[in-house]
Amino acid sequence: MSKVVNSIREAVRLAGLKDGMTVSFHHHLRNGDYVLNMVMEEIAALGIRDLCVNASSLFDVHLPLTEHIRNGVVTNLISDYISGGIGRVLSTGILPNPIQFRTHGGRPFDISTGKTPIDVAFIAAPTADPMGNCSGKYGPSACGSLGYAFADAMYAKKVVVITDNLVPYPMQDFSISENYVDYVVTVDAIGNPKGIVSGTTKITRDPVGLVMAANAAKVIQASGLLKDGFSFQTGAGGATLAAAKFLKDIMLKEGIQGSFGLGGITGYMVDMLRSGCFRSLMDVQCFDLKAVESIREDPRHQEISALQYASPGSKSAVVDSLDVVLLGATEIDTDFNVNVHTDSNGYIMGGSGGHSDTSAGAKLSMIIAPMFRARLPIVTDRVSCISTPGRDIDVLVTQGGIAVNPKNGELTQRLKAAGLPIVDIQELKEKTERLTGKPAPVPKGDQVVAQVIGRNGDLLDQIYKPL
Amino acid sequence: MRRSMLFLPGNNPNLLINGNCLGSDAVIFDLEDAVAPDQKDAARILVRNTMRYMDFRGVEMIVRINSIDTHYWKRDLDEVMPYKPSLILLPKTGTPADALAADEYMTALEQKLGFEKNTVGLMPLIETALGVENSFAIASATKRIQALFLGAEDLTADLQCKRTKEGREIEYARTRLVTAARAAGVDVYDTPFTDVNDDEGIVKDAELAKALGFTGKSSISPRHVEVINRVFTPTQKEIDYAYEVMDAIAEAKAQGKGAIALYGKMVDAPIVARAQRTIATAEALGIRRDMV
Repeated sequence: MSKVVNSIREAVRLAGLKDGMTVSFHHHLRNGDYVLNMVMEEIAALGIRDLCVNASSLFDVHLPLTEHIRNGVVTNLISDYISGGIGRVLSTGILPNPIQFRTHGGRPFDISTGKTPIDVAFIAAPTADPMGNCSGKYGPSACGSLGYAFADAMYAKKVVVITDNLVPYPMQDFSISENYVDYVVTVDAIGNPKGIVSGTTKITRDPVGLVMAANAAKVIQASGLLKDGFSFQTGAGGATLAAAKFLKDIMLKEGIQGSFGLGGITGYMVDMLRSGCFRSLMDVQCFDLKAVESIREDPRHQEISALQYASPGSKSAVVDSLDVVLLGATEIDTDFNVNVHTDSNGYIMGGSGGHSDTSAGAKLSMIIAPMFRARLPIVTDRVSCISTPGRDIDVLVTQGGIAVNPKNGELTQRLKAAGLPIVDIQELKEKTERLTGKPAPVPKGDQVVAQVIGRNGDLLDQIYKPL
Repeated sequence: MRRSMLFLPGNNPNLLINGNCLGSDAVIFDLEDAVAPDQKDAARILVRNTMRYMDFRGVEMIVRINSIDTHYWKRDLDEVMPYKPSLILLPKTGTPADALAADEYMTALEQKLGFEKNTVGLMPLIETALGVENSFAIASATKRIQALFLGAEDLTADLQCKRTKEGREIEYARTRLVTAARAAGVDVYDTPFTDVNDDEGIVKDAELAKALGFTGKSSISPRHVEVINRVFTPTQKEIDYAYEVMDAIAEAKAQGKGAIALYGKMVDAPIVARAQRTIATAEALGIRRDMV
């Protein structure tokens, strides 16, 4: 028996895709992904319309999707993150229905409960065998973890694996098992390796970023959480990565061995694992080649599904055991609500991803952001979009001081005792505005182009079409 | 207290606007080497506006103007003096006359602005062989002078030798400057360590400067500031000893003794002066006596 079919078009037909159904995609191939565009082109050619696309993230490489929206092939969109180029087009309101933004934990949870059922999941697989066992660790388009694809594979009515590296059955060390897979399709290439992972992730050299990073590491040190068994997640941004470097120095100096590093994993977290800062890495997504190599070679580097990573409905998720998370923000308001969805002109340029999942789970959720970018202050009276509610954010670290959420009085005392520059967030806002002035509010239209759905299913905010 | 002084290029608004967040005790707004001739006026305006509008509380503002053999230096002073920098760093000071020329113009400006004389201090930058040989005379030239500052890059060019990380070529200049400054009763600051990627080198270089008697050290990289601050912060042992010296002096006074020994060593005036300086620095940094 073989599940291999001749083409994507045949797989679409065999899967029984019809008007009004939902198709899904994962984003592990990031801005190098060919699969979403290839599949949507075949679907459009078959004349199927009115589809919902549930994609864990969308990148600018997926701009052709906007044509399928304009042509009525796609009328609904669910995603956790939409990058700036395609986000700008989608912000103009080309979809008849608002985009539903979910979180990396909320998306698989809603798939698993049937709230957002998937009819056909198309899973780009860097290596697969003819029965559909597949993995992201091997092959010319290796991307490492396939964490975001698990829920799609487990709960979709039909599952199509698309690969450019078909190996004999049974493949070793698979991630997604054949018992979920209906069809396997081979193509010349599932993606452009250059866009899938970056060669290296680099620490910032910007002195302001380094000041923030050093302060962030000191906050973690003073929080009381940095001890044996410590667990940690950080993003791949320059300043958060630099904070990880400072943290590594402290952990090695003080002989602290953490339990796990979590998240999207960079080479820097791999270095921390190898130097003994953590016993293991829990990896839902690899950001660079070093992380891909590590997850393939090192048994301590563990692939996890997005359900295990962050689902609010799992019996437990790794975020619930997380001590500290370092995150970014495009805006934060005086109630500590954070925006990571829209830019300063109100256009979509991101999404929650794991932001609100990790913030809700971690004991200490920290935002690192400069007081201002270009001429715009980061602290505002009210963020233009609530991506993560302020109740889940503990600390904001800027170059001009560290603001602690007033709900966390004990932490404030600890940080003050450690001699850290604590500042009231309102004062920080005023201090910044003395330099930048107070920006005029960005005018919004009436059309809702996106709804931001929190990890528990509540509507956090709506994004309006910019004028 | 100036453990660290960080150079900020006068034509880099992003650094200027964040200059009070980079951790140094003082910043040096640079109008000289960091700024190309066709950008001198723009840098002057940027630095002036930074001093005028930014809140630099807790961080001292110093300005490196252009040297007195250029046609920029008076205009530099015209722009920045109204905003009362704590010091003017005067490059290529070779003779007492150089320092006096700056002093004279600064005095005139202070009169015009209605400031008290010597409101703004002067710190000659010694970076020529002539300056090193004249260092005591320069340090003593006018009461406006608060410190000497060693500039090793230009100095080694003048000495016709290579600048190295180990710094053997500037050993003489370093010890000569410390001696001259101390003899004249002023502070003395060490040259920057210029390899921004050598994290061990900066530690060694700062420790050497402290061991030689420098008051503090300058830096061209924010990355070096923390090391310099750490090296030039008195250790708990030094602070505790300083308090013991002051206790011993108080006790001697109470007992009507003229002299007193501590750990078998006579406590004399220089030791007391050093203890007072250590305690002043510790208090400024909020470090308390270790009450064990």
